[in-house]
Amino acid sequence: MILIGERINGLFRDVAGAIRARDPAPVQKLAVAQTEAGAAYLDVNAGPAVDDPAAVMPWLVQVIEEVVATPLCIDAARPEAIEAGLKAVTRARPLVNSTTADPERLARYLDMAGTYGAGLIALTMNRHGVSRDAADRLALAMEIVVAADAAGFPLSDLYIDPLVLPVNVGQEHAPAVLETLRQVKTLADPPPRTVIGLSNISQGCPHRPLLNRTFLAMAMAAGLDAAIADVLDGDLVATVAAGRVLLNREIYSDAFLSPALRR
Amino acid sequence: MSFTPYREQWRHRVSEVMLGGNGRKSIAVGGAGALPFMRHDGPLPHRPVIAVEVWNIPPVWPASLAAAYGDVLNDPAAWARKVVEDGADLVCVRLAGADPEAEDASPAACADAVRAVLAAVNVPVIILGCGDDEKDNLVFPTVCTAAEGTRCLVGPVHKDNYRTIAAAAKVAGHAVIAQSPVDVNIQKQVAVLLEEMELGPQDIVFDPTTGTLGYGLDYTYSVMERIRLAALQGDRHLSSPMMVFPGYETWKVKEAGLAENAAQGIIWEIVTATALLHAGADILVLLHPEAVRAVRGYLQEMLGEAAA
Repeated sequence: MILIGERINGLFRDVAGAIRARDPAPVQKLAVAQTEAGAAYLDVNAGPAVDDPAAVMPWLVQVIEEVVATPLCIDAARPEAIEAGLKAVTRARPLVNSTTADPERLARYLDMAGTYGAGLIALTMNRHGVSRDAADRLALAMEIVVAADAAGFPLSDLYIDPLVLPVNVGQEHAPAVLETLRQVKTLADPPPRTVIGLSNISQGCPHRPLLNRTFLAMAMAAGLDAAIADVLDGDLVATVAAGRVLLNREIYSDAFLSPALRR
Repeated sequence: MSFTPYREQWRHRVSEVMLGGNGRKSIAVGGAGALPFMRHDGPLPHRPVIAVEVWNIPPVWPASLAAAYGDVLNDPAAWARKVVEDGADLVCVRLAGADPEAEDASPAACADAVRAVLAAVNVPVIILGCGDDEKDNLVFPTVCTAAEGTRCLVGPVHKDNYRTIAAAAKVAGHAVIAQSPVDVNIQKQVAVLLEEMELGPQDIVFDPTTGTLGYGLDYTYSVMERIRLAALQGDRHLSSPMMVFPGYETWKVKEAGLAENAAQGIIWEIVTATALLHAGADILVLLHPEAVRAVRGYLQEMLGEAAA
């Protein structure tokens, strides 16, 4: 399971404040803490409140790369901001987060990710909105896979995101996401990878960590490869460790929770 | 129609452990990027090496084994020189004399024996405790310090007794033997515990416990195969090189030392050692000089070199 740390995001007040003041310390602290907690990637999102994300993104990339070599997941709504981030990356192959399945947008992002040697997260949604069920999600996943294949983009670098919605507003989406995760792997050989924005499952709910880690365990059993998640939640990281052992992906040892296994 | 041999692709490699050096001959073990002898599948940078045991008390051995050594069994330094002359790549000092049920040799006396061996030969040295946890924990801090700077391989440690020995080894710059009872899960456990003490795969050699022919060879073989496959598939905590003890385990068996057939034990030791080479053994610890000669010849043949 590839854990992508979600915490460096302008939606969080501490990060938004750090960006406004151009104070690297809070961002760097989160970069180090998430890396030590087991993040394989760090999501980097300037957040919605920033006037000029294309200017902020290179600064974020630079201050993070000053303290960790962890690969970054460049996350923005506008392609200009993503490209500015990709240009600034120097230490490790990044991910692009994210494109939708709309053909023009998809083509542009595949080209951009290819140009910078980055992986690409593609959402199974388009301008008409989020799919209702697994069949609609899979149809869009297929369109994404076909476009990637036609563009010569390696499917092992493509991450299909079947779009997790809060359980308190769209309860039927959770099983639809799990079913999509199972079937995406049958679309191509080698198959594309899968990723979810995990914390969205519990948005606005009480007992968020419980909902998050329960859904993550279910998604792992359905074949999930990666999750953008709160890696500072120790129980969540422990759930991943237990899941890896129970799915026979990691040879068991009594020390299966040891941080040494996440290094 | 041309024949294209199938080649297994491995993305990961066994860790490399350096022993000796610092003026002494150095030997690297491990580093394999393919299964044993499958040199077309990936790099096999270091050949398996042979260590031969030297004890700090005269051992009680069957005549067919003891006769091959004679008087040197009373003198660790002379014994060490002989095993190197006989072709050992490393000397493996077994501090059997430290055992409270043997001579109960003091840590200082054990350190003297190790110093004598280090002075007598220029090859890297392995240092084994007596197997009594409490005594080994007393002996190793002194012995590790005495051998500081010579990058020995010391142990074994196991999951219920590792802290004292691992700490002593780490401070003095030695590598550590991590033992498991023929169990991949426990082997991994020990490696994780050692990593929590900042000893990584490059500081560890696995002792998965040797069963000689007829006494669990097949179990040892299977677990070694499992460890090696895990290493090549990228499990870092199972990526250390492996060592086995065909000599000690064979000559323990009563039938190996039959007076009426002096060759039986030698053949037994050779069969066990060569089988375990194919399971991925990086260090073979042997006893009989004839076995050393035969196994070395076998290795040369398998590696495509002219046999001696």
